[in-house]
Amino acid sequence: MSIPLFLIFAALTVASALVVIIHRNPIYCALGLVSTLFLLALLFLGLEAHMVAVLQIIVYAGAIVVLFLFVIMLLNLQVEERAMVPRPLIAVAAAGGILLGALVLVGIAQTPLAAPVPVHADYGGTEPLAERLFTTYLLPFELTSLLLLVAIVGAVVVGKRRA
Amino acid sequence: MTPISWYLALSAVLFAIGTVGVLTRRNLIVVFMAIELLLNAVNLSFVALARGLGSMDGQVIVFFVMAVAAAEAAVGLAIMLQLYRLRETLNADEVTTLRW
Repeated sequence: MSIPLFLIFAALTVASALVVIIHRNPIYCALGLVSTLFLLALLFLGLEAHMVAVLQIIVYAGAIVVLFLFVIMLLNLQVEERAMVPRPLIAVAAAGGILLGALVLVGIAQTPLAAPVPVHADYGGTEPLAERLFTTYLLPFELTSLLLLVAIVGAVVVGKRRA
Repeated sequence: MTPISWYLALSAVLFAIGTVGVLTRRNLIVVFMAIELLLNAVNLSFVALARGLGSMDGQVIVFFVMAVAAAEAAVGLAIMLQLYRLRETLNADEVTTLRW
């Protein structure tokens, strides 16, 4: 990905992330989240992670955010009067966030990173990802299926109305 | 080609935004969305470093993070649904039964 394109996408990503945490209406927060996730998928494409970019759109923007929107609309959440914690606490939290970001940025700036190595044409495609998933990472992969099963059962049990 | 460290810097900024969101919002659903932002910031780091090393391992980890995030969202939103039925609110400041 060329540098100007990256800067545009990065600026849009940060802007939509700010919408998520600042907007008073939860629906707009969710839409800001969708936009952030789509832009991150584009950045993944720029990093030649094609499969992950597609998964990002299908799983995150498609499934998870729809779940959020579904719950927001089901509960009919409106614009909140007191969406944020009191003002002094916001200032403290913002200062802490800026400090955290600055610390990590200084760490990144001081770490020498080699230029990206050239990769094969199929880097980031379905095949190398699946090959890793079913060889090196087979046990975590199977455990993930167990985790999802437990989560489904848990969500159904918690979510159902008490008789 | 954009340097990898720029992607890491963007990831750090997103992580900081997500942290501020978790700390400042009262609505539990929005706090949850901020947590998704945190997860995605880390995902960006994983993908960027995987590209820098020319290895697929970072992308596999991102795959697992997405699966865990989906499980977390399903259970968390079910809990919030039940909480709303019980208390008629999703304001974190009013749900204090377990607060010491």
